[in-house]
Amino acid sequence: MKVLWLQSGGCGGCTQSLLCAEPRSLFDELHDAGIEFVWHPALSLESGDEALSVLEDCAEGRRAFDVLCVEGAMLRGPNGSGKFHLMAGDGRPLTEWVTQLAQRARWVFAIGSCTAYGGFSANTPGNPLEACGLQFDEHTPGGLLGSDFRSPGGLPVVNIAGCPTHPGWVVETLEKLALEGLAETDLDEVGRPLFYAGELVHHGCARNEYYEFKASAEKSSDLGCLMENLGCKGTQAHADCNLRPWNGNGSCLRGGFACIACTEPGFESPGHAFQETPKVAGIPIGLPTDMPKAWFVALAALSKSATPKRVRDNAVVDHLVVRPAIRKKGGGK
Amino acid sequence: MTRIVVGPFNRVEGDLEISLDLEAGRVSQARVNSPLFRGFEQVMIGRSPLDALAIVPRICGICSVSQSAAAASALADAMGIVPTANGQLARHLIQATENLADHLTHFYLFFMPDFARPAYADRAWFPDVAARFMAVKGSAAADVLPARASFLRLMGFLAGRWPHTLAIQPGGSTRAITAGERIRLLALLREFRSFLERHLFGDSLASLAALDSKAALLAWAKGRPGDFPSFLRAAQDLGLDRIGRAEDRFLSYGAYDLFPAGRWQGGLLGLDAADIVEDTEHAWLLDGMPRHPADGETIVAADKPAAYTWCKAPRLAEQPHEVGALARQVIAGRPLLLDMVQADGGSVMARVVARLLELALVVPAMEAWVQALRPGEPFCAEGVLPDEGSGVGLVEAARGSLGHWLSIRRGHIERYQIIAPTTWNFSPRDRNGLPGPLEQALVGLPAGEGAPPTVQHVVRSFDPCMVCTVH
Repeated sequence: MKVLWLQSGGCGGCTQSLLCAEPRSLFDELHDAGIEFVWHPALSLESGDEALSVLEDCAEGRRAFDVLCVEGAMLRGPNGSGKFHLMAGDGRPLTEWVTQLAQRARWVFAIGSCTAYGGFSANTPGNPLEACGLQFDEHTPGGLLGSDFRSPGGLPVVNIAGCPTHPGWVVETLEKLALEGLAETDLDEVGRPLFYAGELVHHGCARNEYYEFKASAEKSSDLGCLMENLGCKGTQAHADCNLRPWNGNGSCLRGGFACIACTEPGFESPGHAFQETPKVAGIPIGLPTDMPKAWFVALAALSKSATPKRVRDNAVVDHLVVRPAIRKKGGGK
Repeated sequence: MTRIVVGPFNRVEGDLEISLDLEAGRVSQARVNSPLFRGFEQVMIGRSPLDALAIVPRICGICSVSQSAAAASALADAMGIVPTANGQLARHLIQATENLADHLTHFYLFFMPDFARPAYADRAWFPDVAARFMAVKGSAAADVLPARASFLRLMGFLAGRWPHTLAIQPGGSTRAITAGERIRLLALLREFRSFLERHLFGDSLASLAALDSKAALLAWAKGRPGDFPSFLRAAQDLGLDRIGRAEDRFLSYGAYDLFPAGRWQGGLLGLDAADIVEDTEHAWLLDGMPRHPADGETIVAADKPAAYTWCKAPRLAEQPHEVGALARQVIAGRPLLLDMVQADGGSVMARVVARLLELALVVPAMEAWVQALRPGEPFCAEGVLPDEGSGVGLVEAARGSLGHWLSIRRGHIERYQIIAPTTWNFSPRDRNGLPGPLEQALVGLPAGEGAPPTVQHVVRSFDPCMVCTVH
C-alpha cells in the first residue's frame, strides 16, 4: 500500500510523534505490513524538482498511490487565495494540491486535529487564515473537500484526530486498511476511527481513585483528580490515552496536567482558560459524558463525604504523604 | 544571471523555498522564503496568560518543549517567581531530552541521507554510507528509531508525553518524580549512552568531550567504526569543513545553567536583549521601523511587492546572527569548535560536530540532574499572575535561541511576540540590505544544472525548523 504524505498549516508534530512508534522502528513496522511512502516531506530523499515531479505524477494520475495523508490545516486565505501556504518551488496553493490529490487517492487521511477540524490555525480571532479541516470546519461538516466528499475508495476523510496523534493511532489505521480495509462503520460521527475514539481518556486514568472520591488537585503538580479545578476533560474526551501509554508510560494525566480534549473538534477554543474548570454554583459545567447531572451532584457529595483521609491528604500534595494501610492478617493459623 | 527556485526543500521541519541567482554556475545572491504563515502571535491575544502554555507548544512539533519553556519563563518573569530546585532540574531534563532527540533526528533522518545521493556514487566512502544512511531504507534507521523512541520515554515520565506537554509551568513542573522513577530515568539514560557510544561515536562520551582541535578530531575519526566518524571522513573528502560559512557572528541565550549566554564575533561579547529588533522590510507584513519584540507587531500585508517571505528579519545590534549548537559551543568556549571556527569559519562540518558533541556533553549532565532530584521536595512553586505586566523568556532550543515577549493587560494577553532560532538563521534581508545567515552562507556555492548537492548540505547544516520560523 502506497502512502503519499503532505504537510500544511500545522506543526509537523504528528510526524514527530509517529517516529516514536514502538517497539520496532517505524520504517520496519510499516515495511513488513506492506506499507511504503511514495513521498514524505520529512523523510524522503527527493527534494526540489525531483519531489515536485513525484507529486505531479500522483496528481495527474500517472503514478498510482493508495492513501493521501495530510498533516496540517488547510489555509484558504487571504481572501480565498491560499497564499498563506504556497507549495515551495511551485507557487500553487497547498489547498489546490490537496483537492487534486484527494481525487486520485483511494483513501484520504487527516492526520491530527488541525487537518481534521482546523485546530489552532483556525483559531485566530476572525479566522483571517480562512483555515479549516479537510472535511470539517470545527464541528460543521464541509471544510476544504465538502461534506459530500468520498474518496475513490468510497470513504469520507478518515480523521485521525489528536494534537498530536498517538503513533499507534496512525500505524494501526494504516495497517488495518492494508490488511482488511476500512468501512464507515469503523468511524464515529466526526470521522475518527472507533478503535481509539470509542474510549474516553478517563478510562484507565491513573488518578481514578481520586476521581471516585472527588479528591481534587488544587494546584499544579498535586496528585488529585484534575477535573474539579484544573480543567481536565478526560471524562468527555474521546481517545484511549490512558489505556495506550504515550512515550512508554505516559499520558497527559500521568504527566500531572489536564486533558484538554485535543481529539475533539474545536478543542482549541474551549471558551475558558485551559487549566481552569468553569463552574456554576461550584459545580463543573462539563460533566462526564453520559452522566445525568443530578446523579453526578448527588454522587459527588456522597463520595466527598466518604473520602478516606489518605486520598484526601495525598490529593493536594505532589508526593504520597499517607501510604495505603497494610491489613493485618485476620484469624489464626 | 539566471534565477532558480529550489523547493520543496524537504527533510527540514516545515516548508522552505530558496531562490538562487546564479552567475557562471555559482550562487551570487540567495533569498530564503518561509512560505507558510499561521499567525500564532495573534491566536494568543486576548487569551488568559496561562493559555500560552497550551498554545505555544503547538507552534512546533519538533521544538514543542522549547516553546513551552520560553512561555513558562516569560510567565514566571511576569509573576516574579522562579521554579523550585526540583522543578528547575526537571525542566533541564525535559528540554535536554527534546534537544538531544532533535540532534539525533537531524543527523540520521534529515542530514545524512543527502550523502546517499547518486551524485556521490564515485566516492570511495559511498557504498557504506549509502547503505547506512539512505532515506527510509538505510540500515541506520533500524538502530536509531528505537533508540530515539526509547530515549523519549524520559518524556513519558517527566512530561507525560512528547510532543505537546503542559508539564512545564512557570513554577517548575506538574510531574513530581518518585524515588523509583528516578532509578528508571537513570536506566533510560544509560541505555541512550550505550547507543551513542556503540553506534554513533564508536567511543566513550568522555573521549569525545576531550577532543580539543580539528586535527585531534580528524585523527580520532581515522579508521574508527561509527556513524560520526563516517560522516567526518565523507565531509572532509567533500570539503564541507570549508563550506557554508555565514559571518561567524554568534548568539546564545545560554542553556541548562551549563552553557553561558553571550554574543561572539571574533571574541566573546556581552549580550543585551534590549538590542534586539525585528525588521519587516522584506516580509509580507506591514512595514514600519524595526521594533523591539516587546513592542513588536505582526500584521499581514500579503501583496507587498518588495517582500519575499513571511519571516521577519531579527537583528542584534543591527546585525544578523547565527544561532544553534555551534553558536552555543563557541560562546561556551569549547576548544574544538573555537578551533574549527577560527581555522575555517562556521562550516557545514562545524555545525554538525557541535550538534553531536552536545550529545556527548549533555547526557552526562542529565545523569547528574537525575541524581540531584529530591523526591518528596516540591516540583512546582506557586505564583500569582499580575493583571498588568510583562515578561520575557529566553531559552535555547536544539536549533538555537528562542525568545518570547509577552505583555498582560486587564488579566489577558495584550501582546505576544516570538523570535525563533530559524527566524535568525533564515532571516531575509533587512532595510539596510543585509542578508540573513543562510542567505550569506549560500553565496559562491555551485548550483543549478549538474551541480553537486552542496546547497542541500549547507541548508540542512543549520537544522532549520520552518514551522517555528514564522509561527
